[in-house]
Amino acid sequence: MRPFTYERARTPAEAAAAASRNPGAKFIAGGTNLLDLMKLQIEVPSHLIDVNGLGLDRIEATPEGGLRIGALVRNTDLAADERVRRDYAVLSRALLAGASGQLRNKATTAGNLLQRTRCPYFYDTAQPCNKRQPGSGCSAIGGVTRGLAVIGTSEACIATHPSDMAVAMRALDATVETVKADGTMRQIPIAEFHRLPGDTPHIETALERGDFITAVILPPPAGGRQFYRKVRDRASYAFALVSVAAVVQRDGTGRVALGGVAHKPWRVEAAEAELPRGAKPAMAAILDGAKPTHENAFKVPLAERTLASVLAEARG
Amino acid sequence: MRFDTPATSNPIDQLKVIGKPTDRIDGPLKTTGTAPYAYERHDVAPNPAYGFVIGAGVAKGRITRIEVSAARAAPGVVAVVTTLESAPLPNGPMNTATLFGGAEIQHYHQAVALVVAETFEQARAAAALVRVDYARQPGRFDLAAEARNAKPVPGDSGEGSGAPPEDRFGDFEGAFAAAPVKLDETYTTPDESHAAMEPHATIAAWEGDRLTVWTSNQMIAWGKRDLAKALSMKPENIRLDSPYVGGGFGGKLFLRSDVVLAALGARAARRPVKVALTRPLIANNTTHRPATIQRVRLGAGRDGRITAIAHESTSGNLKDGKPETAVQQTKLLYAGANRLTALRLAEMDLPEGNAMRAPGEAPGLMALEVAIDEMAERLGLDPVEFRIINDTQVDPEHPERHFSQRQLVECLRRGVERFGWTNRDPRPGQRRAGRWLLGMGVAAGFRNNLLTKSGARVRLDSGGVVTVETDMTDIGTGSYTIIAQTAAEMMGVPIGKVVVKLGDSDFPASAGSGGQWGANNSTAGVFAACVKLREAVAQRLGFNSAEAEFANGQVRSGNRAVPLGEAAGPGGLVAEDAIEYGDLAKRYQQSTFAGHFVEVAVDVFTGETRIQRMLAVCAAGRILNPKSARSQVIGAMTMGVGAALSEALEVDKRHGFFVNHDLAGYEVPVHADIPHQEVLFLDEVDPLSSPMKAKGVGELGLCGVGAAVANAIYNATGIRVRDYPITLDKLIERLPTLA
Amino acid sequence: MSLRINGQARAAEIDTRTTLLDTLREHLKLTGSKKGCDHGQCGACTVMVNGRRVYSCLTLAIMHEGDEITTIEGLGQPENLHPMQAAFVKHDGYQCGYCTPGQICSSVAMLEEIKAGVPSHATSDLTAAPRLTADEIRERMSGNICRCGAYSNIVDAITEVAEKQA
Repeated sequence: MRPFTYERARTPAEAAAAASRNPGAKFIAGGTNLLDLMKLQIEVPSHLIDVNGLGLDRIEATPEGGLRIGALVRNTDLAADERVRRDYAVLSRALLAGASGQLRNKATTAGNLLQRTRCPYFYDTAQPCNKRQPGSGCSAIGGVTRGLAVIGTSEACIATHPSDMAVAMRALDATVETVKADGTMRQIPIAEFHRLPGDTPHIETALERGDFITAVILPPPAGGRQFYRKVRDRASYAFALVSVAAVVQRDGTGRVALGGVAHKPWRVEAAEAELPRGAKPAMAAILDGAKPTHENAFKVPLAERTLASVLAEARG
Repeated sequence: MRFDTPATSNPIDQLKVIGKPTDRIDGPLKTTGTAPYAYERHDVAPNPAYGFVIGAGVAKGRITRIEVSAARAAPGVVAVVTTLESAPLPNGPMNTATLFGGAEIQHYHQAVALVVAETFEQARAAAALVRVDYARQPGRFDLAAEARNAKPVPGDSGEGSGAPPEDRFGDFEGAFAAAPVKLDETYTTPDESHAAMEPHATIAAWEGDRLTVWTSNQMIAWGKRDLAKALSMKPENIRLDSPYVGGGFGGKLFLRSDVVLAALGARAARRPVKVALTRPLIANNTTHRPATIQRVRLGAGRDGRITAIAHESTSGNLKDGKPETAVQQTKLLYAGANRLTALRLAEMDLPEGNAMRAPGEAPGLMALEVAIDEMAERLGLDPVEFRIINDTQVDPEHPERHFSQRQLVECLRRGVERFGWTNRDPRPGQRRAGRWLLGMGVAAGFRNNLLTKSGARVRLDSGGVVTVETDMTDIGTGSYTIIAQTAAEMMGVPIGKVVVKLGDSDFPASAGSGGQWGANNSTAGVFAACVKLREAVAQRLGFNSAEAEFANGQVRSGNRAVPLGEAAGPGGLVAEDAIEYGDLAKRYQQSTFAGHFVEVAVDVFTGETRIQRMLAVCAAGRILNPKSARSQVIGAMTMGVGAALSEALEVDKRHGFFVNHDLAGYEVPVHADIPHQEVLFLDEVDPLSSPMKAKGVGELGLCGVGAAVANAIYNATGIRVRDYPITLDKLIERLPTLA
Repeated sequence: MSLRINGQARAAEIDTRTTLLDTLREHLKLTGSKKGCDHGQCGACTVMVNGRRVYSCLTLAIMHEGDEITTIEGLGQPENLHPMQAAFVKHDGYQCGYCTPGQICSSVAMLEEIKAGVPSHATSDLTAAPRLTADEIRERMSGNICRCGAYSNIVDAITEVAEKQA
């Protein structure tokens, strides 16, 4: 971990301004991913802006009937919020399927969105990685790929996004709200927030320099029955091999987003028309164009079968 | 004390203290965080500097240059020690890979430099400034590919599993060809990591040419010997102290790089230096359980009697490394007139394979006990009955040699009753609860009992306090407590009057902790020392030592009774002895046995396997403390679940390293993976094992568990997976088609 | 900087980079909190910050000025065990002891989470208060790895304390 200076920001705009002034700065909130990566010098900020004191830790009703989740709401508190449990169960379930109690107590809403991949080659600094060092190459391709992406990959990167929360938010059509130092606000639909790797896998989100996430906004409740099924090797405290976030209506229509399969939460709205016909046609459409490796080809049938499990439960 | 005739009645048989489920005497320290582990010795090694280890970024090659000037100039840096500054340090007999020294890289994350600084943060940051250039060389990293080049080798785990390159008895090929029912299958087990919770850690301090290391090591006497060799020192100038060990599982049997680097760093820094291997370094820098490819062939008559049994295992290791001795138990577990075992070793360039909990039997039974299950099915026999039909009470290759005790059949029968085995449907894929397919599996557990010299010193003071000193370690096994129980039983004092001091190389050398030999041998050594102390007490009082009774804090002879403290006198008494063994282990086969029963649920949609119930029925001699012994068994069962379902070091076959080298990537079981576990111990005393009449149990609990899980998955799904771990990707294509 | 640890103000001169865990272990010599992985993958470093359990390896000391930090040393001492510590001894809820302080801190805070109605992955009905079941305890304790495999006994220990509290 390189030496860094440290400051506590008092307002979002001040935080954004501090970041704009200092090209080596990073925001720190829960710190559970950033410090992990700083210890390995995968992240090397020269300045940390502690944003924990900004008061962005409330969940408020919006005039539209949705919820505005402060960027610093801890994962535990978001999952435990009665409105979320009642009206956005897929989000509560996704959060509770992620990490551990200790991590959820620290991890924040914004930080969770900004988690970096758990690709083992990204984590091993002796190996080339286009995310860590653009242009150095991807050592995962041709290596151990069981946990890596099957769709939306590129020749530069086959990493997955590790978040559970973001997958549920994708199914819920959430919006990410940001502010710049000059007070300019942006509303970024979650669909556009995370990027596919393409030739620039080191650019992971639509955030611009100096953007500071203030909140995630949920639209009014989507209704239906909501599920988050996370499939993993051990029963807890593990990243998803595949996860399915689903909102299923009485008539069989609904929405599906997948985790563990791509560089971003994976949702194909056009494919959802197939949902009433069952998991097989729906997943065939959702994962159309998948290019798995020999080691992770199982994720394709696994995704279909996991969706089938969810649909069976929705019917039951 | 020489033990060469079967034990007769002795004070341990009173069972006033021994055999009781006593709480651990070190429990209050461990639960309050006040038991000091290696990296925490502020009490004895104040103001240390911090060492940070740098591991090689290539698997094979030579270092051409190490650039340390930026690191040396970094804030707080006290010293930098690089591998180019010395020749390869000489290895002790148990190590294969060079721990440090020289330009040659033998495996990934081999230690290449140590940066020492005033603080941990400074050492870590400066370490990132060290630049190492390599001339890479191609290596051999794929066991399946290298198996073709594997050569027959003898194997000896050093922990009771040994076999010649090839061992034949009768005419295997002829009998196998003639057998009406046959099985010929190949099973693979992956590389596994010990993953002890406490990283390998050492504080080293020099006083002149004397070196003290506070470290985390299972085998103190080996560590002292090997450290002396590595540093070309006289052993008497070295002291190891390891009173608490945060898990070992074989990973801390031998000298590791943290010890030598702390010592070299402390010499360079001229002050104490503390070093812990960082978690991402451990899997590749230290040792692991090697992967195996095992072929099992079984031939039987229609009556279910095995007529031909063969087990061949291939594993890989570095040059001059040892094979995983996965076939040993097959020489002893089942009857059969025609037998073959073979071991082959492929020379490879992955990190060093070496002992991990129950080396040999643990992976060996993961193959053999699935083969037995498959064979039972082919014969139309219940797998328990098939095992019972083929039980043997003698060494099948040397029928004149009996087992000292062998209650495998009783273990299985008790388990059948207790587990409700008769509720199992022998047809796979029949039982279902909602989305879960349910199945039961069984396997035999087998692990040899090892006898090895173990010494202790016992002091008695004028307050009647008995203090035991031995270099025995407690790696979670309960050594402190069973040693205290032994001394209390022998000296007739309550356990609160016993103080136990362990893990210091200044104490008499013990058996140490490995090969499930620790409990029986170390307590037998304490027994021997206590016998001497009793004699000294009797002599001082003028008692006939054969008639003196030690009870209730007194020694009594005839109508004279003297409080023990008074008997010790103002100066106290001290006695030292060791248990040493004759040839009883040669004349009798000493082994421990278990029946492992497992029920699993497999998600019919996803193939996720979750353990529902587990039972182990163990026959392992006298159980010295049923509470800590049970813990050893449930812990081993948990490790068996990991081996069956999730644990595998994933090999990058291009670049030659274990990719998932941390605790997020290498998935050991968590709370949610483990149900309530039940353990039954059969009544057994084994007078051939030692005066304690006990045997090992800590590894028995692991041996067979993986196979029981695999067999339960088969019973649940009808899918036979012969490639561990049994992850859902190996099931998914064969799970029932969904409507 | 100044920290409040186990009810006492403690001063430490530290680097901005120093984690809460290293501050406890190396600077304040409170070595009860363990370093098993230093990356939030094992749980051995679990402490409570303002009553909530966190991994002290993944937070900087400098971020905790004014917070109330409780470590294993603050729960009880060898002669004065906290009920959870006593239950771990009674049920043999440990072996090597290295993950134990983290398990105990985690379990004490975990029972408070259940009392506060925080749901878990094992909670079947999200709209109801979570129940105290073995499955709930196992799921909620899954962020504390015990390689010795004392899980079955740890659950027994926690259950006993929870039932006494109830």
